[in-house]
Amino acid sequence: MAGHHLAQLNVGTLRHPLDDPRTHGFTSMLDTLNDVADRSPGFVWRLVGDGSNDATAIQTSLGADVIVNMSVWESRDSLWDYVYRSGHLDVLRRRAEWFELPRTAFQVMWWIPAGHVPTVEEAVERLQHLRAHGPSPSAFGFRDTYTPEDAGLGVVTTDGHDQGPDRRLSATG
Amino acid sequence: MEDIEAIVVLQDPIRRQLYEYVVAQDHEVSRNEASEGAGIGRTLAAFHLDKLVDAGLLATESRRLTGRSGPGAGRPAKLYRRSGAEHHVSVPARDYRTAADLLAEVADGARLDVELRAAAWREGRAARVAAGPIEDLDAVRAVLSGRGYEPRTEAGGTVLRLVNCPFHVLSERHPALICGMNLALLEGLLEDTEGLRARLDPQPGMCCVTVESSKNNDD
Repeated sequence: MAGHHLAQLNVGTLRHPLDDPRTHGFTSMLDTLNDVADRSPGFVWRLVGDGSNDATAIQTSLGADVIVNMSVWESRDSLWDYVYRSGHLDVLRRRAEWFELPRTAFQVMWWIPAGHVPTVEEAVERLQHLRAHGPSPSAFGFRDTYTPEDAGLGVVTTDGHDQGPDRRLSATG
Repeated sequence: MEDIEAIVVLQDPIRRQLYEYVVAQDHEVSRNEASEGAGIGRTLAAFHLDKLVDAGLLATESRRLTGRSGPGAGRPAKLYRRSGAEHHVSVPARDYRTAADLLAEVADGARLDVELRAAAWREGRAARVAAGPIEDLDAVRAVLSGRGYEPRTEAGGTVLRLVNCPFHVLSERHPALICGMNLALLEGLLEDTEGLRARLDPQPGMCCVTVESSKNNDD
């Protein structure tokens, strides 16, 4: 897909612990949802914890009660169709049962060179960037339509690596 | 003025018949099929189909139909489907969409999902009372047609797939909120109908809800 993929991170603050019966409705759907994601057109990769099939055990600097979900897709549309036009929509519909009201951006996406596997730290940085500066080509949301070119990707150097966003000026002229 | 012109094109009964036939199909429609579906000659159908395309109501593409033989084989066929454009006319001018989007934006941000679903359920329930008895999928189909869902029977008559989302723009901008609202509305509408239920079953390009009969064919 033109050498670029879309990475996304979304986070949620649990109202109750993961093993609390009140969170069971959410946890009981995880395997099915992840299975749907894995089989969705355009799915590339998702984060899983060691010895696990999901990312619920992964801790970040965002806090102990914040769970993360992170994945890579071939395009914005393939991600959108999974998030909003698959069985995943039912979890979103019931989000208020399990998650606190987000007071700030809880989802971020950004373009990566195809083949790059983003780290959680990198993803959290992107989210913090979005929270601090608003949408930009290097950290944005579904409402935004930035392209890999906007992010300064698209110029592949001789060693096969794209030039990153922080080299945008030199990449675009 | 484009919108009002598009709608005026549908005033012609033949065009409206053709339009309704094309949008009711689950595939792109050739001129031959449309003319047979609307019960008119092929030349007349072609003329009016292209008027519908000019008005922005239908979209078209040329594709070679496989398996064709005889005269015309090998020539790409012109196929018609509904265009993605929406047309609204209000006299005098009204802008409920902007208001609805702003309200949804705030409700989404404040996570008023549960409150909105309760209100939608009551709306569906009121529509149910107004509609009179709903005893089978045919009756549901009539009610949902009237509300713009364009239901299509599938799975041997046990499932109604809703081809059109009446809240399309809002459901794309606030899917979790609006699709939850829509499901609750349809649940309210189907309350107390034995053996029928509304279920979230989102698929790209369609309404997120289907209505299904829990009775099996082999009952």
